[in-house]
Amino acid sequence: MRMMPPEFMVKISDSCIKCKRCINECSFGALRFENDRVVADHDKCAACHRCTAFCPAHAITVEKFPAIFKDNYLWSQDVLKSLWKQSESGAKILTGAGNDKPYPVFWDKMLLDACQVTNPSIDPLREPMELRTYLGKKPDKLEFWQDKKGDIKLTTVMEPQIKLETPIIFAGMSYGAVSLNVQLILAGAARELGTIMNTGEGGLPQELSEYKDHIVVQCASGRFGINLSYLNSCAAIEIKIGQGAKPGIGGHLPGEKVTEEISRTRRIPSGTDAISPAPHHDIYSIEDLRQLIYALKEATRYKKPVGVKIAAVHNVAAIASGVVRAGADMITIDGFRGGTGAAPQVIRDHVGIPIELALARVDEQLRREGIRHMASIIASGGIRQSADVLKAIALGADAVAIGTAALVSMGCHLCQKCHTGLCAWGIATQKPELIKRLNVEEGIKRLVNMIKAWNLEIKEILGALGVNSIESLRGSRERLRGVDMDEVYLDVLGIKPAGR
Amino acid sequence: MFKRAETKDISGCAVVGIMNEKGKTIRGDVITSAIAVMHERSNGLGGGFAAYGIYPEFKDYYAFHIMFEDEGVKDSVETFLQDSMVVVKSEAIPIRKKMSLANTPILWRYFLEVPKSKIPAGFSEEDFIVSVVMRINTRFNGAFIFSSGKNMGIFKGLGYPEDVSRFFRLEEYEAYLWTAHGRFPTNTPGWWGGAHPFGLLDWAVVHNGEISSYGINKRYLEMFGYECTLMTDTEVIVYMLDLLLRKHNLPQDIALTALAPPFWKEIDEMDKNKKEAMTALRMVYGSALLNGPFSIIISSTSSMIGMTDRIMLRPLVVARKQDTVYMSSEESAIREVCQDPDEVWSPQGGEPVYARLEERA
Ligand code: SF4
Ligand code: SF4
Repeated sequence: MRMMPPEFMVKISDSCIKCKRCINECSFGALRFENDRVVADHDKCAACHRCTAFCPAHAITVEKFPAIFKDNYLWSQDVLKSLWKQSESGAKILTGAGNDKPYPVFWDKMLLDACQVTNPSIDPLREPMELRTYLGKKPDKLEFWQDKKGDIKLTTVMEPQIKLETPIIFAGMSYGAVSLNVQLILAGAARELGTIMNTGEGGLPQELSEYKDHIVVQCASGRFGINLSYLNSCAAIEIKIGQGAKPGIGGHLPGEKVTEEISRTRRIPSGTDAISPAPHHDIYSIEDLRQLIYALKEATRYKKPVGVKIAAVHNVAAIASGVVRAGADMITIDGFRGGTGAAPQVIRDHVGIPIELALARVDEQLRREGIRHMASIIASGGIRQSADVLKAIALGADAVAIGTAALVSMGCHLCQKCHTGLCAWGIATQKPELIKRLNVEEGIKRLVNMIKAWNLEIKEILGALGVNSIESLRGSRERLRGVDMDEVYLDVLGIKPAGR
Repeated sequence: MFKRAETKDISGCAVVGIMNEKGKTIRGDVITSAIAVMHERSNGLGGGFAAYGIYPEFKDYYAFHIMFEDEGVKDSVETFLQDSMVVVKSEAIPIRKKMSLANTPILWRYFLEVPKSKIPAGFSEEDFIVSVVMRINTRFNGAFIFSSGKNMGIFKGLGYPEDVSRFFRLEEYEAYLWTAHGRFPTNTPGWWGGAHPFGLLDWAVVHNGEISSYGINKRYLEMFGYECTLMTDTEVIVYMLDLLLRKHNLPQDIALTALAPPFWKEIDEMDKNKKEAMTALRMVYGSALLNGPFSIIISSTSSMIGMTDRIMLRPLVVARKQDTVYMSSEESAIREVCQDPDEVWSPQGGEPVYARLEERA
């Protein structure tokens, strides 16, 4: 029995020239040609806007289906629809992309400072503005040796570091969840921008090997594709414990998505389900994590930083401190708004905490314990724009990782259908005819443009703040003020209210 | 009177330093006439001086200059001092009684000896002194130690620097190294402790500018146990020097370079050793970088160092006449006390200029 109205309505106006292009473009099968006109199956429409973008006559509009229910704040239409879906299928509801619920966005409740009179602002067009950032473990102090001539030599042995020309890196997105073209774009852009991408847990496709100095490879609970050459074909290794979109649960790539190529990079038989267990079955405590960190360091002869990625959960500060003490050189904190290729909706929408609060607490805890230098902090999960990057850095992040924003630059329209494998923009799919829609050269150009624009905006704000180097904003919460927040949140964020 | 700032201190200023590298002493009225020339750069809400070599007969003892709100807190601080050290001498700091400056506190000085037995294990004598100073300044409401070095002293108060000098009768002191500060605060309440120089052990700093990286500099210091309570940049600079030079034992040039390091594009062009050293310095001491406009004069028993921020947003002029080195916000102040210097120049942004006390044979 059908209970729910469609979510969207596709309207095709009289200006349609019947070229049928939209029918080809709609990977969700929502459009067909019947009785000499384009007909829409509203139920199937994902609002991905592929058809509207490609219709040469601008004949297509996609609207919300005008189904008005009796107002009910508690029993919203979303809730009703979920209940009907479950009543039909008896299954948990799967979804893609990130949490879309109206939880507070603390980035939008924080404002940055600027200089007036008593200290001058700096013009970024005239003066150097430095964004260079190094990720990795730092010693708490340095030692030097000075010879008779007064020449100085560093005697402290430095741990391996990753050099970034911008404090923005690309978040882990696995081959399988996204297409090879997406990874090629991320890698190409990372090389051009002087930053890094992260292969996610799906192994390292051979096509990426030429970018190895700009790649972080992951070691996740499924251990896909891991061998010595994998571990040594990268700038750094990341142990993935958790992900902001689905803390505490594993992953499941269904057999039909495990194509020949994916089976090769993941080193599993093609057509079989690729299962990432919820925990790493060799990590049941912090000591076990330490062993894995050092096993990976041994395997790479201590030449590569080893990071750990955790989801932002309630006790994140104490967990982060344990992770750093276990020997991680970098720690990625992934907030509850982070994206995903597929996750149960109940987890995506209800588990974890905002990255802003998690980041503030982790930075403060590590400082209080005097171990902040022992690991770089990378914040991710819902970073949308350069302003978010600046605020994250002022709260204490060394760098931020972006996933969704990078995909949006390639064409993602956030239709949240990633889990279907039908992504019309060639991003979250393994279908060759869809993948080829995403042009690698153009994608690199767009992503490089976007980050360059962010870099310019970051420099503009640094100049207004009167500093010419990103490290002078890093952790400088004095330059942030909160609006529309109560004292408890201000305290957790370690910032003052606006006006004080 | 002891109401400390609750918001960040913001002020413009004048600074001067004079040092005789051979250790010949100079009377206090010389530096007073130099700083008085820059009257316009102050607004009467703070003036101060640091003088080195002024207590030769007590040179082996720590000289604490302390301001007290009332006799009650003075008594409790004195009890605390007697418990933790040996008080060799205790006396009022001489002042010109006829002059009255606003909010004058009780001004007292103590010469103190530290018996080995009082120093906790793992502490050096200096660590111990720093901990006593921090403790009194943060825990005893109404008491503030504004000078804690050996054979040196800081004198400061509310007023134009020339008035502060007369008030403390500085023309009666002879020092081989003087620094002075005139202050133009825009937002701090009139509190004597808020005037500059700010000192710790024998380090004293006079500073003109506003550090835009104050927030992170302060949080970085807090990681190492420093409590920044004055909300002034100068306090942060002094603690930063104490951390880099005394606790981390960095060579002096390196420590100063950490405060105003070269740009990455300069570092990229350096030879291998230097590049490695500078890269590591920026990686490890990024939070020590003083970003924003400043010119400072840092003094200690053995040296006077002048420096500006790395793009020189605040002025600093240096001059030399034989064995005497002058540093100042404005050349006019130098010309007032030294008509024809052998050389006068402006250092590069971020480049420290040194005057050093010659080792006496
Ligand atoms: S699913 Fe996308 S392409 Fe298909 S009709 Fe809807 S908006 Fe158009
Ligand atoms: S990646 Fe594709 S399927 Fe997923 S939200 Fe973006 S456009 Fe939709």
